[in-house]
Amino acid sequence: MFIINCPYCGERDHSEFSYGGEAHIVRPKQPTELSDDQWAEYLFMRKNVKGLQYERWNHAHGCRQWFNVARDTTNDKIHSVYKMGENPPK
Amino acid sequence: MKNKYSIFSLIKNSFTYHENWQRAWRDPEPKKSYDAIIVGGGGHGLATAYYLAKEHNLKNIAVVEKGWIGGGNTGRNTTIIRSNYLWDASAGLYDHALKLWEGLSQELNYNVMFSQRGVMNLAHNLHDVRELKRRTHANRLNGIDCDWLSTEEVKKFCPIINCSPDIRYPVLGSTLQRRAGTARHDAVAWGYARGADAMGVDIIQNCEVKGIKRNGDKVIGLETTKGFIQTSKIGVVAAGHSSVLANMAGIRLPLESKPLQALVSEPIKPIIDTVVMSNAVHAYVSQSDKGELVIGAGTDAYISYTQKGTHEVIEGTLKAILELYPIFSRLRMLRQWGGIVDICPDASPIISKTSIKGLYFNCGWGTGGFKATPGSGNLFAHTIAKDEPHKLNAAFNINRFISGDLVDEHGAAAVAH
Repeated sequence: MFIINCPYCGERDHSEFSYGGEAHIVRPKQPTELSDDQWAEYLFMRKNVKGLQYERWNHAHGCRQWFNVARDTTNDKIHSVYKMGENPPK
Repeated sequence: MKNKYSIFSLIKNSFTYHENWQRAWRDPEPKKSYDAIIVGGGGHGLATAYYLAKEHNLKNIAVVEKGWIGGGNTGRNTTIIRSNYLWDASAGLYDHALKLWEGLSQELNYNVMFSQRGVMNLAHNLHDVRELKRRTHANRLNGIDCDWLSTEEVKKFCPIINCSPDIRYPVLGSTLQRRAGTARHDAVAWGYARGADAMGVDIIQNCEVKGIKRNGDKVIGLETTKGFIQTSKIGVVAAGHSSVLANMAGIRLPLESKPLQALVSEPIKPIIDTVVMSNAVHAYVSQSDKGELVIGAGTDAYISYTQKGTHEVIEGTLKAILELYPIFSRLRMLRQWGGIVDICPDASPIISKTSIKGLYFNCGWGTGGFKATPGSGNLFAHTIAKDEPHKLNAAFNINRFISGDLVDEHGAAAVAH
């Protein structure tokens, strides 16, 4: 249970949002050139971080915008929220 | 086995007020080196060590556990056992486990309280009916018992279910696996621990793995909080923390770890003598021997290692429980807890070798690992000892995510997580 600070709407309960998984996974530029190993890496392999994780959220019951969140998965504490396309904070 | 449990040992110990029972397992310090080390002292890990010692004649084995044995998901699940999965590979795997459950108390000389009270999977819409009838046929073709019950038969088999056509998701029928049921989760860990210990396996608790040491492409040992331990074979059975251990070895896994919740009510007189699961409304319930209703909720959507879940999930589950069983409306809930489950993209486990020699992973059991405990340990032991999978777990290798040969069991995982 935690509060997410939507960059467009402000602080809301997390139940208004839907989770979009690990952030910054780049879609392959040339999908036809990819080997099976590389496809597996893109589609299935995940960091599944215990600690600070960069992840995507969607304000599904609000403004419906996507954005990124840096959250500690050991205590669900959110360290920062940043917009799509921005680099993760250091 | 030293000090076999029996009616005679019970009588003998009653003369000394049960104060002189032998320890069920030793509490050793780690040796310098082992032939094989199992990381994770849950049911699956302890079963792996047990079968390695018993069936593969490896005696110099250790199980290292960062907390206490059976304190992770083994002690946090809803103890349901069944094998009514859709695909052939899963049917083979889970029914292998179910057959081992049927003789487990005798085998371990430890009462795991396995109770074949039957498991129902309810259908609430036309799609459910078709899907569950298909699964009934698939199960039967694989030699797994499964019956289809009409709404009237559901009412007869479990009278407290609300079978009124007026409810939001009416009960249109159900599958019933009569060989399925429940077992006492702690006893499974303790029974395997005692059995493994008697064959010389060192069970080392409060020993956390901090690193997996490699020499080129093979493992040479483990860095732990109790020092370096040398070994050439490491079997990792760490559930929600599998990715953390994979990271230590420098390999990637297709897992996401999420909190899965369950809760129990105050104890009441016997009212439900079977296990009822419902995929569509997402609720499952059985009654423990203490009389508590054991209720399974869902997973949270996001990755978390917090071993607690959100209130919405509990609320949603209890709403569904109340509609299906109006008789429970005045019951109070006693305890709620969460476990961290490692979920694979195809909702099937991984019991596999890895790209590193001597490193094996048994993970990805997601929301339904307890039922497979004996089979999982048995097949993982085979995989470690022979350095190749048994035919029953060959399909559950890591490479299926590269080849695309997935074992999609999202439907038979019984509740949609």
